[in-house]
Amino acid sequence: MSNNVIIAAVVAGAVGIGAGYALFSGQPTQTVEKETVTSAPSGAGTLDEVRARGSLNCIINTGLAGFAAPDDQGKWTGFDVDFCRAVAAATLGDADKVNYTTATGKTRFTKLAAGEGEILSRNTTWTFSRDVDLSQTFVGVSYYDGQGFMVPKSLGVTSAKGLDGASVCIQTGTTTELNLAEFFASNNMKYNPVPIETNSEAQELYKAGRCDVYTTDASGLYATMSSFDNPSDHMVLPEIVSKEPLGPVVRHGDDQWADIVAWTLKAMMAGEELNITSSNVKSLAGKDNKNKEINRLLGKDPLQGVSKLGLSPDWAVQVISQVGNYAEVFEKNLGMSTPLKIARGANQLSRDGGLFYIPPIK
Amino acid sequence: MSSEIYKPGSYPNLPPPPGTVGVYGWIKNNLFSSISNSTLTIISVVLIYYLIDGIIGWFFFDAVFDANSKIECRKINDGACWAVITRRVGQFVYGFYPEVERWRIDISFLTMFIAFAPLLYPDLPKRKWLLWFSGIYPFFAFILINGGYFGLTKIEYSLFGGFMLTVIIGVTGIVCSLPIGIFLALGRQSKLTVVRTLSVCFIEFMRGVPLITLLFVASSMLNYFMPPGTNFSILVRVIIMFTFFSAAYIAEVIRGGIQAIPKGQYEAADALGMNYWQTTRFITLPQALKISIPGIMNTFIGLYKDTTLVVVIGLLDPLGIGRAALADTKWNGLSTETYLFVALFFFVSCFAMSRYSLWLENKLNTDHK
Amino acid sequence: MTFLYNIWHNEKSREIIIQIFVLLCIGWFLSWLISNVDANFKALGKDISFEFLFIPAGYDINQYLIDYNNRDSHLRAGIVGLLNTGLVAVFGIILATILGVTLGIIRLSKNWLASRIAYWYIEFTRNVPILLHILLWHGIIINTLPHSKNAINIADISFLSNRGFYIPKPLTENGIELVYLLLVIGIIFSVLFFKHAKKKQDLTGLQLPVFWINLSVIISLPVIGFFVSGLPISLEIPVLKGFNFKGGMHMSPELAALTFALGIYTAAFIAEIVRAGILAVDKGQREAAESIGLKPSKVMKLVILPQARRVIIPPLTSQYLNLTKNSSLAIAIGYMDLVATLGGISLNQTGREMETMVIVMLIYLSVSLSISAFMNWYNNKVKLVGR
Repeated sequence: MSNNVIIAAVVAGAVGIGAGYALFSGQPTQTVEKETVTSAPSGAGTLDEVRARGSLNCIINTGLAGFAAPDDQGKWTGFDVDFCRAVAAATLGDADKVNYTTATGKTRFTKLAAGEGEILSRNTTWTFSRDVDLSQTFVGVSYYDGQGFMVPKSLGVTSAKGLDGASVCIQTGTTTELNLAEFFASNNMKYNPVPIETNSEAQELYKAGRCDVYTTDASGLYATMSSFDNPSDHMVLPEIVSKEPLGPVVRHGDDQWADIVAWTLKAMMAGEELNITSSNVKSLAGKDNKNKEINRLLGKDPLQGVSKLGLSPDWAVQVISQVGNYAEVFEKNLGMSTPLKIARGANQLSRDGGLFYIPPIK
Repeated sequence: MSSEIYKPGSYPNLPPPPGTVGVYGWIKNNLFSSISNSTLTIISVVLIYYLIDGIIGWFFFDAVFDANSKIECRKINDGACWAVITRRVGQFVYGFYPEVERWRIDISFLTMFIAFAPLLYPDLPKRKWLLWFSGIYPFFAFILINGGYFGLTKIEYSLFGGFMLTVIIGVTGIVCSLPIGIFLALGRQSKLTVVRTLSVCFIEFMRGVPLITLLFVASSMLNYFMPPGTNFSILVRVIIMFTFFSAAYIAEVIRGGIQAIPKGQYEAADALGMNYWQTTRFITLPQALKISIPGIMNTFIGLYKDTTLVVVIGLLDPLGIGRAALADTKWNGLSTETYLFVALFFFVSCFAMSRYSLWLENKLNTDHK
Repeated sequence: MTFLYNIWHNEKSREIIIQIFVLLCIGWFLSWLISNVDANFKALGKDISFEFLFIPAGYDINQYLIDYNNRDSHLRAGIVGLLNTGLVAVFGIILATILGVTLGIIRLSKNWLASRIAYWYIEFTRNVPILLHILLWHGIIINTLPHSKNAINIADISFLSNRGFYIPKPLTENGIELVYLLLVIGIIFSVLFFKHAKKKQDLTGLQLPVFWINLSVIISLPVIGFFVSGLPISLEIPVLKGFNFKGGMHMSPELAALTFALGIYTAAFIAEIVRAGILAVDKGQREAAESIGLKPSKVMKLVILPQARRVIIPPLTSQYLNLTKNSSLAIAIGYMDLVATLGGISLNQTGREMETMVIVMLIYLSVSLSISAFMNWYNNKVKLVGR
């Protein structure tokens, strides 16, 4: 019998070493060989790396309605997800060639820094310290948000100033805790924080009445409210206590890649401004338009810089035809036709009274 | 004199006294043998009644097994809404592994049993041949699951999820940690001061910190310790941490086994002129491993359960998939169903492992107690 | 050549060579790691500094055993978290021990039904990951208990709701010193009495009811003092004000869920340990004890348990340690322990992963090591001498 044990142990050992070897040796030949040269956390050449791999790695939320959540078929959908798709369309010509990596609020920056994704598209607030201290590059704002408070109407509160002594559910790993502490301290109020890691968990607590108030970005509040059985029993208080410009983030050091990501976002917005939609983009791209900006964007009269960026002349056509312009993406994921019913508000073009002022495509 | 009086067959066989055998006797002996015993029985019966009354209805009879959303579920019946599971069972099992490639996981999983059978059941026929398969299985499974060779599509690690991820982390961690654990245990018992100190430091460090902090290290700091530019996947980093963590525990279990071996065994080995490695190979390990099997199995089960912690660093194990499902507006608020389902999965697999460990323990128990 | 051969074939010198080799390897490996960290940190423009510990944390903590507000330093936030870890560990250990010992004994009970229930309970509990236990318990507590407006009212002084359990807080007034003094006297008396009774038993075999006498002395002396000095304790009763109860003492649902989950999960392991410990006592010991006419309760107390204790204590401590380490999962439900404060929000706000994680790990490590050291000492003390 003891002999059997020995054989079992030895074979198990062999299996173990084998598995370890397989994981180490198989994996580096797959990725490291290529990436030691290219994906150095601060190195250049991200585009080549993406092209060589044939897919884009994108870091997203583990689950937030409207921004990133898997549907029943296992496909990720949402506003942040669509932006990843847009970048894939611009660089690879196929919006479906994206690998999604999920990250919590705490692990997202380290994942980006470690090279697990080329883009962090996970409703990330642009702040000084994140931009500077953490060596990230914020390439633009895709959604203007602000921290708000949601309460049940039955609570009888109409202003955040009336929340003295309340229990507040917070989503952690974000800027939320500090905003909250500042707001309550500046109004001489006390509160009882309940910090929660994920949105779905926090939602449960709020619904069960563990907290009087749920605070996170207003978009998140609307997303949460939309999922309730009776959304009309709840309200978002008028006070917005912080500025939360959310946007995609890339690693420091590869300006070409940062430009690509930044201009993909701007192309989507320009699409809205120039009334280019996913349905008419193909026909507009084929003809000579009166508005020369359309021609330049869609590659009829391509700008010199496009090839310098390493993109094909029809990159914007790919983005808009496969993913849509900004308005389409917003409406599809967050707008009035979705359960979230978020109004455009600040997230409109400046001509419509919003904050998006797109640099000319020249 | 008595031998004549009680001669066999000379008296009729009397039935045992009434009330000691049969259903009635069993009930009396086992449930109502004394006042305190009867009270305990009554309390137990009441407890079971409430359990069945409250839970079974919610679980089965009032439950909804298929619907398009939670709201639809609630319209049909007010029990559990298992639709969130049935609609996403593919995600719970395979994560985001592409649907057309899922046969690869199925095959790896089924052949895993064939690979483990000769290791787990010492009496299997043709065991020697099967052991060869066990030896190549890791490479086979790696190629099959990961792809990239023989025309198989390469699948990114970020698509791994669900129970498949649990099994991959659990099984790889378990298999790799055993040899490391054995060496650590031997190191801790070594005569060489340096080796012993290093083993002790490693073991005590791993056992002294919570696994969750090690996972944070794996997810956010391990890259700092590698040469700039190295990039190895979070999955590999997590498996490494799990392996080290459970290797430290296994080392302690095996050390217990080594210490339980009587001193005479070593003296006999010395007398036969065996060197250190011969003693270890033929005397120490066979006995130590046999003694420590229950402990090793417990460590494995613990490791397997601990794989749920990866959800904290954003990997989508069954719990993570469940939470992502809850983030879908359609299924929001069905946390009890989701968590219970995941709990059931873990219960079934861990219970099976602990049963196996009991079986093996009895089988290897050659003592004459 | 023969010189080298001799060195290698001399046990002493070979040991030294191997050790030097191992040391060199480890030294090279460590310096490799450190140089990597250095290079990576340079590339990212980071440094290692612990100054962040002294800047204001800026966030609030929902449960603090020492005074804390958001203008206090990260260091203090970490200490608050550490104390919270300690609190939940102590509660969990108490619950796990009581429940585990009870279950272990029920499991050995002659009653078939009770023993089966205990068996299945243990199997169900210990085969489900602790994280799920925590999440499920938290869900149960906040979903089944009423909202604070409809809190369950216990005698008008305590209130139970899904915001937690509020009980009155004793406030001391002038004259309390007498009560403290009498309590100390009571304790001193009971220690002396215990020694006296033991001596008497050794000499004459006569047993005094030590436990009951000591208990009544320790309780009655302070109570008498309490009345004599004119009721120097008043109660601060929690009242519902605005959104929540104010005043009194408060146990949050997170603390409760964590205590239940950790306690119940660990109890399943403790039950098995207790069972194994009792079974490990030789059957002959029980038979001998019964044959000299000891009552069943005395058999347990005087013969079985003292021997089982030797087997039970080492694995029991490691369960206590596991419980303490598992309490770090508090982060999943928003109980702010050490990992959630210093290893969580502080890490996030300052971006100093390396420093915060090193501190957190060192703290857990030192707690574990000191308890193991104590246990080794204890083990040596109770170890059977001889063999």
